[in-house]
Amino acid sequence: MTRRARLIVFGVAAAGLAALLIWGTLGIPDFGHYHGRYGQILNRDAVKERQATNTVTAIVFDYRGLDTMGEEFILFAAVTGVALLLRETRQRVPNPIDPVRSEAVRAVGICLVPAVLTLGLWIVAHGAVTPGGGFQGGVILAAAFLLLWLAGSLRAYTRVTPTPFVDLTEGTGAGGYVLVGLVALLLGEPFLHNLLPYGLAGKLSSGGSIPILNWATALAVTAAFLLLFAEFLEERSFVIAGKHK
Amino acid sequence: MSYLPFLLAVWIFLVGLFGIVRSRNFIHLVVCLSVAQSSTYVLLLSVGYVKGGTAPIFKDVKPGTKAVDPVVQALTLTDIVVSVTVAALLLALAILGKRHAGTMNPEELHPMRG
Repeated sequence: MTRRARLIVFGVAAAGLAALLIWGTLGIPDFGHYHGRYGQILNRDAVKERQATNTVTAIVFDYRGLDTMGEEFILFAAVTGVALLLRETRQRVPNPIDPVRSEAVRAVGICLVPAVLTLGLWIVAHGAVTPGGGFQGGVILAAAFLLLWLAGSLRAYTRVTPTPFVDLTEGTGAGGYVLVGLVALLLGEPFLHNLLPYGLAGKLSSGGSIPILNWATALAVTAAFLLLFAEFLEERSFVIAGKHK
Repeated sequence: MSYLPFLLAVWIFLVGLFGIVRSRNFIHLVVCLSVAQSSTYVLLLSVGYVKGGTAPIFKDVKPGTKAVDPVVQALTLTDIVVSVTVAALLLALAILGKRHAGTMNPEELHPMRG
């Protein structure tokens, strides 16, 4: 199919889709007047039931914990796919070339590493209390390690995050989540049932098993992003090394 | 009556699709897919918005205070992280495509041979 024909076909299809979507949109309750009962009930009861002041985290790691497990395994599968695709076909570069960067980038980058690391841990730890959680904090933690590459070198990055260790962390995070669910199952409760004492609302330990699932997710997300970074950074140094031959 | 946020989501989705259809580069294509996908965040968050509601976090406000819907926020949260890793998977495929076919342009790819 020529480019022109494809655009014409798309134009017709997109016009139809646009009409359908706009028609559907007009059936949604007016903006700002949502009447979904489920969310409102959780907003009212999550603190009472689970001592978790962040309702979003309570949903992610408790009320809809099974869905999150599914999401986590999508993440796991995608990262495994990247590692399989890129590791298999690439020869190792013995001496990765790191282009020299400006001193300013190095200085600011190094200063940012501990700050970003602390921010990440803080965001994860307060998942059940204030805005934050394993997903957001995990990405920030991974970014702290990426700064190591930006300010230092690929070698510094791989030395701090050795691939076998990151692989293990990824597995521990994803497996730990399932394990929490299985423990509940073994004790005769539904899968992922929140068993632990809920504690006091507003405390870091509040929410029963929510903080545990939160940290497991943080491990899995951090490791997932570290693996992605490592694969693409090595791919990059492989390409650069090829050009210098 | 305000439908603007919903129509914005429709627009972002269609613009993303348009970019995918006329893409000449796999990396551009993956970015367009991310644009199309981000329309789901706009749609979810605007569906759950409650006029005058606070964030669904009851650390400093009493539970029962009028707040926006937390369920769609939880959906958006996981959606974002997963979409990033899926984009990474597609970019890895783009690298392999470049290595095997020597091109990043979907139009220059030959039909698959057995």
